[in-house]
Amino acid sequence: MTYRKYLVLAGVAAFSAAGDSLLARGMKDLGGISLDHLSSLIVAILNPWVACGILLLLAFFASYMSALSWADLTYVLPASSLGYVLVALAARFLFHEAISPARWLGIALITAGVGFVAAGPSHTTSDKRSKTSGIASQEAQS
Amino acid sequence: MKELYTWAAIGLIVIASSAGDVLLSRAMKQVGDVSELWKDHGLFKVVERILSTPTFFLGLIAMGGAFYSLLFALSWGDLSLVVPASASLTFVANAFAARIFLHERVGRRRLLAALLVAGGVALMAI
Repeated sequence: MTYRKYLVLAGVAAFSAAGDSLLARGMKDLGGISLDHLSSLIVAILNPWVACGILLLLAFFASYMSALSWADLTYVLPASSLGYVLVALAARFLFHEAISPARWLGIALITAGVGFVAAGPSHTTSDKRSKTSGIASQEAQS
Repeated sequence: MKELYTWAAIGLIVIASSAGDVLLSRAMKQVGDVSELWKDHGLFKVVERILSTPTFFLGLIAMGGAFYSLLFALSWGDLSLVVPASASLTFVANAFAARIFLHERVGRRRLLAALLVAGGVALMAI
């Protein structure tokens, strides 16, 4: 793993958290969308918050695709675990959503679970894998 | 009714984004290491290689479905429930999907982690 690759994984976490938070801010403006008015989902992307959220999610997508090109899915996904913590903090402090102690504990368990995977040896190779991903997983293990 | 809508949308997100993740992961493995491809042949070659991979577009379609399910869910539920719940359930679903469809090695450690994550999700639904 090079320094730049860690940066890409950090981007995966940060961009998804920021993007989701902006989407939520925008969707709160629009209120609950019922099954009778699904067309308002299409109009939703005209909301500035939603539009900015989509831009950030595009940045997330670029870093995510880049990461997937040199690492396994089960290796890349835990890297975004930090995103859950960021989303919880955004929900609490930016949008003033109430987070019960049970939810805090839930967030802690989720983060512990994904951190557990990330900290462990990443056996990302398989006999059926291609040569390039084999190199990526050797780097991941080192 | 509000809760039912929220959880139905979360279910849709999990199915669509797991399918999307598996398809995109497979597509990017077909493309190869993007950073090396960029270094050797330039950004244009990277874009061209990705756009000529059909699996990539199937993944995109699935991700698009997941995105609209997310908007739907967020209009009904709290951000602090919808995002962690759908993301962590997707994580568990992906662990199995990656094992079955991508032949990735998902050991005891990762399954235990999946249980931790599922426990966390159950707590958040209270």
